[in-house]
Amino acid sequence: MDYLNALVAFLNFVFVPGLAYGAQLAIGALGVTLIYGILRFSNFAHGDTMAFGTAMTIIGTNALLALGITFGPLPTALLALPFGIGATILLVLFIDWLVYKFYRDQKAKPVILVIVSMGVMFVMNGVVRFIIGVRDIQFADGERFLITARDFKEMTGLDEGLAIKTTQAITVVVALIAMALLFWFLNKTRTGKSMRAFSDNEDLALLSGINPDWVVKVTWMIVAALATTAGVLYGLDKSFKAFTYFQLLLPIFAAAIVGGLGNPLGAIAGGFVIAFSEVTITYAWKKVLVYLLPENLEPDGLVQLMSTDYKFAVSFAILIIVLLFKPTGLFKGQSV
Amino acid sequence: MKKLLMATSAMTMIAGAAIAEDVKIGVILGFTGPLESITPAMGAGAEMAMAEVTASGALLDGSTVTSVRGDSTCIDAGAATAAAERLVTSDAVNAIMGADCSGVTGAILQNVARANGVVMISPSATSPGLSSAEDDGLFFRTAPSDARQGVIITEILQSRGVEQVALTYTNNDYGKGLADAFQAAFEAAGGSVTISAAHEDGKADYSAEVGALASAGGEVLVVAGYVDQGGSGIVRSSLDSGAFDTFYFPDGMVGTKLNDNFGAELNGSYGAYPGTDSAGAAKFVELAEAAGFDGTGAFAPESYDAAALIMLAMQAAGSSNSADFKDHVFDVANAPGVEIFPGELAKGLELIAAGTDIDYVGASAVELIGPGESAGNYQEIEFADGVYSTIGYR
Repeated sequence: MDYLNALVAFLNFVFVPGLAYGAQLAIGALGVTLIYGILRFSNFAHGDTMAFGTAMTIIGTNALLALGITFGPLPTALLALPFGIGATILLVLFIDWLVYKFYRDQKAKPVILVIVSMGVMFVMNGVVRFIIGVRDIQFADGERFLITARDFKEMTGLDEGLAIKTTQAITVVVALIAMALLFWFLNKTRTGKSMRAFSDNEDLALLSGINPDWVVKVTWMIVAALATTAGVLYGLDKSFKAFTYFQLLLPIFAAAIVGGLGNPLGAIAGGFVIAFSEVTITYAWKKVLVYLLPENLEPDGLVQLMSTDYKFAVSFAILIIVLLFKPTGLFKGQSV
Repeated sequence: MKKLLMATSAMTMIAGAAIAEDVKIGVILGFTGPLESITPAMGAGAEMAMAEVTASGALLDGSTVTSVRGDSTCIDAGAATAAAERLVTSDAVNAIMGADCSGVTGAILQNVARANGVVMISPSATSPGLSSAEDDGLFFRTAPSDARQGVIITEILQSRGVEQVALTYTNNDYGKGLADAFQAAFEAAGGSVTISAAHEDGKADYSAEVGALASAGGEVLVVAGYVDQGGSGIVRSSLDSGAFDTFYFPDGMVGTKLNDNFGAELNGSYGAYPGTDSAGAAKFVELAEAAGFDGTGAFAPESYDAAALIMLAMQAAGSSNSADFKDHVFDVANAPGVEIFPGELAKGLELIAAGTDIDYVGASAVELIGPGESAGNYQEIEFADGVYSTIGYR
């Protein structure tokens, strides 16, 4: 029984939240890594693209709710997601045409594009706040829990509860679907293959008749879809606030770099590495150990490796270690 | 406006009196900066007290009181010091009503007030650090120190039989100061704090913090954060994972947003924030309404009281000189004596002149303790049916 209690405590406070947060980071990192692989620059505006997509989805959700349409036990935002994605695609294509195309035609160095994307970031920062405001917005509706901690305790008779939120389950399921779709697209379709060819060797790709404009457009569309999905999943699970989305940029970049920039598989792995390192290394193991160890060995202290103040230090320490020993990331990406 | 006219006419009438003087009180508040939305009512509160005293003609044989404003900016210690320096040296103020934020208040106290021997009474600086600051007996505040709130939290928790709590605080001066003060008070009273974990505001994910807090355990989670920042994130995550059911909310967390964000999920949780049920508070709101500003604004009552205490102490000392009246602030603020409420400053001044002891209660039920700060009055709240309501005062 004690082993089960320990396992449930671990699942409830480390594994489930880590898995959901990791999935959110992974989808975000996929977008960053695609831009890096194909357009060859680090897109600092990614966090704000997520914020824009989520803001649009919230507006769509409110419109649906006003019409009396809900999605039963699931959040209505999932129904509004396609609208959010569409609006975000239009926006990124417009920005690409207005800003990035100019620098691409000039064959500007990646570092210039990074600075340009920073400028875009600040503008989008303002646009999002202008549209939806700076407040904290909760837009999840429907059933909140698949199973609550209290129900779990009553069902199993254990001392520890396991809570699984609907949004956590949706996050993981949607993330799996999005990843499967992306890999199928990149590996099986003609456009996907030309994108990979463009990423591997631009000149060769151009020689073999691949249309660069089309590749760029498709990339932006996929990135907009991924960013909106990641933003909506995150907002459903926690809440939407423009400033928090801007701050999400850091863990997302850390995830993409740890995994290997430009490598989609690496982005996913990186997302989970960052999420779990934040949760596990700062976790106080007392609760788990009290169940596992015999009474005379029970710890008095918290058995916490590091205080939670250091959780960001942990993910960045991992980032530095990876870059020192494997500059291309855990999976083979392009070296930074 | 009417009061101002009366003040002006009163001033012209007594201008001939030989002994009467024009007392100047500096009002240093952050009229620009992060507190700019609440400082207008604070300044108006202080000036209402001055107008009242001037109109009465009872202070120091008919002296008038004039306000001289300065901008503390709330955050820029250099600008605040320069503003205070100007008030003291070129306007020659007799005392300072201010400053507002703890940081600039400390800077003005050390650089200007002590250097020139000028009394200052702050209406709103709550940092526990100011309690132990060197002040030569010149510094007072009508706001309670957060150290006081630590004691209040301890009392409330113990009255409910809570002995073990987990504690999380927002990682800044306010959160850290309050968390330390509470932990010291609670442990001194025999309780135990299983963990004291900081959280950053505006971050993406709080499951790591909540995991650690849950593992350490405790009957109640004390959240010394902000309701519109990370504090709500911690509460959300704790409720979802079943880590804690009952929370204690200090002043930064009590707001209607709690009802909106969580509602019935918080039933049974409780907290406290500054407030008093004394008759003075209601009287002050009436007076403020007549004077054309919002008397319910944060720290507006405390500002009125700060200015009133300065003038009453002057009367008690029979002098407008800081060195003379700094020792009389405690006498007029505390019992025993005749209780004085807002709008009764004239009565207070006359009683002092007649040699009767007074106990200034004022708008915020001022009672000075320790190093010259308000004992502090808090209202205890509790959640039931998805909304919180006041259940008592401490």
